[in-house]
Amino acid sequence: MRGLTKEYVIRRLFMYVLTIWLGSTLIFLIPRLVPGDPIAAMVTRMQQQAGYVENSAEIIAAWRARFGLDAPLSIQYLRFLRNSVTLDLGYSLTQFPTKVTEQISKSLPWTIGLLALATVISFILGNTIGALMAWRRTPRAVKSLLPLSLTFTSVPFFMLGILLLYVFAFGLKWFPVGGGYGRGVTMGLNLEFIGSALYHAVLPALAIIISSMGFWALGMRGMMITTAGEDYMVLADAKALTPARIFWGYGVRNSILPQVTALALALGGIVGGAVLVEYIFSYPGMGYLLYQGIVNNDYTIIQGVVFILILTTATAVLILDLLYPFVDPRISYQRR
Amino acid sequence: MTATTANAPATPKKASRLNRFDSPWLNSKFIAGLCMVGFAVLLGLIGPLFWDVTLARVASSPLNLPPIWAHPEGFPPPDPAHPLGTESSGRDMLAVLITGTPRSLMVGFIAAGIGLLVGITLGFLAGFKGGWIDAVIRTLCDAVIVIPSLLVLIVISSYVRQVDIVQMALLLALFAWAFPTRVIRAQALSMRERGYVRMARLSGASTFTIMYREMMPNMLPYLAASFSGAVSGAILAATSLEALGLGPTRIPTLGMTIFYSIRAAAILRGMWWWWGFPILMLMLIFTGFFMIATGLDEIANPRLRGLKAG
Repeated sequence: MRGLTKEYVIRRLFMYVLTIWLGSTLIFLIPRLVPGDPIAAMVTRMQQQAGYVENSAEIIAAWRARFGLDAPLSIQYLRFLRNSVTLDLGYSLTQFPTKVTEQISKSLPWTIGLLALATVISFILGNTIGALMAWRRTPRAVKSLLPLSLTFTSVPFFMLGILLLYVFAFGLKWFPVGGGYGRGVTMGLNLEFIGSALYHAVLPALAIIISSMGFWALGMRGMMITTAGEDYMVLADAKALTPARIFWGYGVRNSILPQVTALALALGGIVGGAVLVEYIFSYPGMGYLLYQGIVNNDYTIIQGVVFILILTTATAVLILDLLYPFVDPRISYQRR
Repeated sequence: MTATTANAPATPKKASRLNRFDSPWLNSKFIAGLCMVGFAVLLGLIGPLFWDVTLARVASSPLNLPPIWAHPEGFPPPDPAHPLGTESSGRDMLAVLITGTPRSLMVGFIAAGIGLLVGITLGFLAGFKGGWIDAVIRTLCDAVIVIPSLLVLIVISSYVRQVDIVQMALLLALFAWAFPTRVIRAQALSMRERGYVRMARLSGASTFTIMYREMMPNMLPYLAASFSGAVSGAILAATSLEALGLGPTRIPTLGMTIFYSIRAAAILRGMWWWWGFPILMLMLIFTGFFMIATGLDEIANPRLRGLKAG
């Protein structure tokens, strides 16, 4: 394990646990600190809709027991922590016998697939554009076109999603208006399903890619400008290395490091934005599940989805952090 | 910003005014961004003088009117009394924009203002004091940045449901401090050992004086950039919550209008003016703040300046 010192790993693991603890404590504590008893209100709301829920009394009883309404806050909190650690997220309120974890395990792969695809493409594309923008040898024509790709940089994912939906699904009818895969396609590892899933993922992924790649491009441009002034770039030139080698091996290789850190920092925002994109496109991922939870006042679903997404984000950041010393060997020597 | 132009790094006044960068504050991106945000602010301030804002109420106007220049099929002919059209519950879109825009901006400014104040305090403290204070603040900051804040806000507001604008801003401020703190800490750290700070320390200035008198003016572009970043971040979070139906319900904010339009399937009914104008307005605001931040970056870091030409 070259590059990974014990101290570094321990520090990162500590951050991982701290992040998850802080996030879950916030979603536990704040709803209980605001004026009004959210759980009482929730039970009333449930009773109002209980007309069509067959065993509503049972659910309410189960819910009360689940949250231990009579127990003091500290006991409730400890229980909450225990349940979080064991991933026991309880039952869905609106679809009673289904467990929250069951619903989430159906949705999570969609979200992770969409996010991984979109983020990787946007990261690669954005960084390449940014590097080219700052590169001396980029052809003039290309250089004047590149800033166009930044047009939508500051537009939120979901607003771009609405625009794309209107133009490409409603207007031109090139892409489906929503969903994760076509009707009549059976889920499974066959070409038809994968093709259909990718086809449905194009617009949501584009919404994320187009609006986030400018962020990478701008960061990369700044870094490349700094790198271009370094002595080793002059030396590489003097050694008559091919421009491609200088660009990728010297310029991009050295400029990409802060971008990896930036990716770790931006991930939380990207996940939040993706949730709304899924809602716009009725994409069957966590965002859509969350929206249904909001509409149905299904608090266990809302809390469960958010907890799992915090967990997923923190895990992704941990993985990035643990990979970082391999990308940047200096980090293992340096005590921060 | 006029006050800051005066004490901007004193570039020697050249005889010719040919050099556009005489004052770094005359940055084209920065000024364009200011104009865009200024337009949004003015719309809210001056708009009510020229347009009847009560038209933003439900059932105050005829339904489903398109904007005056559009003649889509299946909709009633446009009416000059409602230049931007109306939506399905009888709100005039122009009135919605005039009432909604200042509310979105206000949420952003309050949240970002609190965030920046906390950020300045914690960032300076961490960067200047160092030691365990720095370790605690930095760790906390990094953890908060990793948490997808929008999701936590969704949980909170789905419990609370009824929030007004100030409560909304306070909720958003819960997460708005982390990024400014990070930026300011890094700057304070790099400034701590500069000559003029040492000088001030040698001459016996108190920590407080050094932090706020000596270092802060030099950080102005960074502070302004993180403020504008925080404002647009807060507006984004607020709009996202509203678009999910979790905002203040009685007031037609821009995000709420988007929510209503999505719920009424306006996209698939071809009523582009319903969601189009609020989105256009928000895009203007976001792009404006983004350009302000980019411009300020160039002001603070001359190496980024004017490279396009090269």
